[in-house]
Amino acid sequence: MLETMFEDRRGEKRLFRGRAILLAVLVVLSLALIAARLFQLQVVRHEHFTTLSDDNRIKIQPMPPTRGLIYDRNGVLLADNVPSYALTIEPEKVEDIDATIAELSELVPISELDLERFERLLPQRRRFEGVPIRLDLNHVERARFAVQGHRFPGVEIAAELSRYYPEGAYTSHLVGYVGRINEQELEQIDRSDYAGSNHIGKVGVEKYHEQWLHGHVGYQQAVVNARGRVLERREQKTPVPGRDLHLFLDMDLQRDAAAALGDRRGAVVAIDPETGGVLAMVSSPRYDPNPFVGGIGYKAYAELRDDIDRPLYDRAVRGQYPPGSTVKPFIALAGLATGVTTASQGKYCGGYFQLPGHSHRYRCWRRGGHGSLAMEDAIVQSCDVYFYRLAHDMGIDRLDDLLAEFNFGRPTGADIAGELGGLLPSPEWKQRVRNRPWFPGETLIVGIGQGAFLATPLQLAAATAAIANGGTFIQPRIVSATRASLGAPLEPTQAQRRPIPDQDPAHWQTILDAMTNVVEGRRGTAGRIRTDAYRIAGKTGTSQVFTVGQNETYNEAEVAERMRDHALFVGFAPIEEPRIAVAVIVENGGHGGATAAPIARAVMDSWLLDQRVQVADDADDGNSP
Amino acid sequence: MSKQANVDIEAGHDALDRGWLIRLHIDLPLLLLLLLVSAFGLLMLYSATGQSVVQVERQAIRLGLALVLMLGIAQLSPAVLRQWSVPLYLIGLALLAAVLLFGDQSKGAQRWLDLGFLRFQPSEMLKLALPMMLAWYLSLRTLPPRLLDIVVAGLLIGLPVLLIFKQPDLGTALLVGSAGVATLFLSGLRWRFILSLVVLAGVAAPLLWSLMHDYQRQRVLTFLDPGSDPLGAGYHIIQSQIAIGSGGIHGKGWLQGTQSQLEFLPERSTDFIFAVIGEELGLSGIIVLMLLYLAVILRGFGIAAQAQDAYSRLLAGSITMVFFVYLFVNMGMVTGLLPVVGVPLPLISYGGTSLVTLMLGFGILMSIQTRRKLLQAE
Repeated sequence: MLETMFEDRRGEKRLFRGRAILLAVLVVLSLALIAARLFQLQVVRHEHFTTLSDDNRIKIQPMPPTRGLIYDRNGVLLADNVPSYALTIEPEKVEDIDATIAELSELVPISELDLERFERLLPQRRRFEGVPIRLDLNHVERARFAVQGHRFPGVEIAAELSRYYPEGAYTSHLVGYVGRINEQELEQIDRSDYAGSNHIGKVGVEKYHEQWLHGHVGYQQAVVNARGRVLERREQKTPVPGRDLHLFLDMDLQRDAAAALGDRRGAVVAIDPETGGVLAMVSSPRYDPNPFVGGIGYKAYAELRDDIDRPLYDRAVRGQYPPGSTVKPFIALAGLATGVTTASQGKYCGGYFQLPGHSHRYRCWRRGGHGSLAMEDAIVQSCDVYFYRLAHDMGIDRLDDLLAEFNFGRPTGADIAGELGGLLPSPEWKQRVRNRPWFPGETLIVGIGQGAFLATPLQLAAATAAIANGGTFIQPRIVSATRASLGAPLEPTQAQRRPIPDQDPAHWQTILDAMTNVVEGRRGTAGRIRTDAYRIAGKTGTSQVFTVGQNETYNEAEVAERMRDHALFVGFAPIEEPRIAVAVIVENGGHGGATAAPIARAVMDSWLLDQRVQVADDADDGNSP
Repeated sequence: MSKQANVDIEAGHDALDRGWLIRLHIDLPLLLLLLLVSAFGLLMLYSATGQSVVQVERQAIRLGLALVLMLGIAQLSPAVLRQWSVPLYLIGLALLAAVLLFGDQSKGAQRWLDLGFLRFQPSEMLKLALPMMLAWYLSLRTLPPRLLDIVVAGLLIGLPVLLIFKQPDLGTALLVGSAGVATLFLSGLRWRFILSLVVLAGVAAPLLWSLMHDYQRQRVLTFLDPGSDPLGAGYHIIQSQIAIGSGGIHGKGWLQGTQSQLEFLPERSTDFIFAVIGEELGLSGIIVLMLLYLAVILRGFGIAAQAQDAYSRLLAGSITMVFFVYLFVNMGMVTGLLPVVGVPLPLISYGGTSLVTLMLGFGILMSIQTRRKLLQAE
């Protein structure tokens, strides 16, 4: 009994040992399986996982370039990068965001707009990244937060560079402004180059020279942890800052031109006839571009957009006006160049002109007529009939050919965004656009710069400069030079010159003499701007308004005011060696000699005599449109 | 393992340690192995906690306490343990039931029992109580067990496993269950029973599957294939594979693992510390650790094989298997061979609960080993 039990126990022990050995084998096999798996991970696929591991921790971060600065010809800063201060909340460090915002709003005003933006950005940013709750803190708000800030852990003031236009409204149309990149722009730009940028040029030089101004994005390799926090910065490719632009613009002249225009609607463009450089370019009314940088509120924008005077509209490059009598010198030159007439050949003005076989009378502005006139007098007195006859004799094709040499009918190609080309009417144009044949009478109307004929102030100034420099059309330029950085050499931009085909000096002298007498002559239409300091050549113009208020309702007085003629003047000075060519348009200004010419004179005084225009009232300071 | 090696060790002991080591009931080879693994663990913990001296200190204190407990329980003779088997098991079951009724919620599962002065997990207790209970029961029967014995043993295993599964704590249920199955296997369960159990499981699985709701099936599928849930459990497994794989043969160096130091690796100081070892020490470091673990397991089997009575044999073997299952499930999970189940790497993962259980288990092994020698000596 005891024996068998002992035997049984011995058997049990043997049985157990067998099973234990089996389990030990199982253990070894299992661990071998794990080892095989480790071999697969750590040896066979090591490369693969090394790549994944590096992908995890090394992030490529874009470094936005600093936007190029814009200076006027004397180094006056027109577009600057200034630190802008935003109040940011780091969600990771804030327990109750809503309560924090409520408390913050007692310290600095937080608008609905701010809240809206915050809510939008909050889910897009990582937990440890600051989300802006208020932009553009002023120094009072900053000071207040500096004192109270300790109460708000996780709330900080973040500084970034923001575009600022020190001259405000004075340069609004010309320099333009930058704004947040929108969907459309995103389609057009090289996204990788804009990886770190929020802003893009929207208007004016800022838009046209976007590529120069923006520069090129840089990158840095950053080692980040699982939450994306940057722990260490590795090798980096520094961003290439945008090029600084130096303009031909003279800020004193720009301010004087604006002051001379005053609160009238219109435009002044002043060009250096030798270089084509734009010395001043003003469109009035103006607006302050600075609110656009951070994002102008909808209401403020609607106010500007719906303003009856259309301050956002750049009249200097987009305003297309019938040039009126200001084209007469160019028509006259065409007559000489084509040999259709000579300077001394007289034409009779009886107060009106009739096409052969037609009864319609094309009237001269002077009812009684000018009698027989040679070319010079016809320009000085702006006789319409003389130019009806001349245009009729030349025919529309030859007339258009020469006007096209002065760049009428197409954009000048100046380096500013949004330029329009006006309209030089031709039979082909009429057939194409209106599907009607050309009538001979339309040629006459082109001869006095009316009808469908349209030109921008910039076109007029550029064409006038071609007369001033004796026969070379120079493409107008805004930027005179660029440079890569502060210490780098200035690299001048190149002028594009195009000689007008007629290079007979006598022809040009005739036009010059005539334009001189418009101002200097006894019967000149711009005699009132004559000065002893220097001699001015010019031509007045008055153009009929035919497209105002098609869809808009104005009150009667308003309609009457806005149906008045536009006043124009083109001119240059001094005549011996012209240094400035000017085109002025005053909308509904009435007669060019009375309204537009004095503005041109003020601009010339400013440039040639360094004589400031007195600002009439404080409505003309730089920051209010 | 080889008999020869054990004989050698015994011979050494007989010559050198007859005196105080045996009287203190310390098994020197096991103790040395445990100390080696623990030291290795503390070193890796320093790296895995982001060089937190505080956490390493805390873990070192836990280790020290657990070692004291181990030596304490080693002073109890297997006979005393045997007497405690049934009451411990019953208390454990009662506490498990109490947890389901009154337990503390933590991370969506009821595992903790708050006794006012201390909170503890009764399920942890079952990792030892169940092997003891089974060993007690089976040692009373003639082995190999008959059908009736198997049914009773199955109930003894099934009851606590089910209660733990309901908490729900899959990892512990798995550990406790496998401890029970291992005990049964060691008791000499006949192959025909083993085969029929396997067949039964094979038949039951599709039957169970067909009875499940769609969402339950989905859960099972996600559980089996964590890659289908890349942001949840999948993220853990992907990041830990990247860590291990990028470690290569030689590793990135201690404290140099980017996956672990930059916190891409979740749970890096607890359940996933094995990935930290793989990343920083590479395949070579892991092999060293695995050999240490293997030595612990073989020593455990050695002690079981030499034990004097059936109770001690079964208990020692079962405890050793619990340790192995810990190891295997954790390594399998971290390397992506097994689904993610919250099982720590024994003796290395940060935390005290499993440490205490494991060390108590080793204490029992030491008690069994040294009692035998005392018997022999007398």
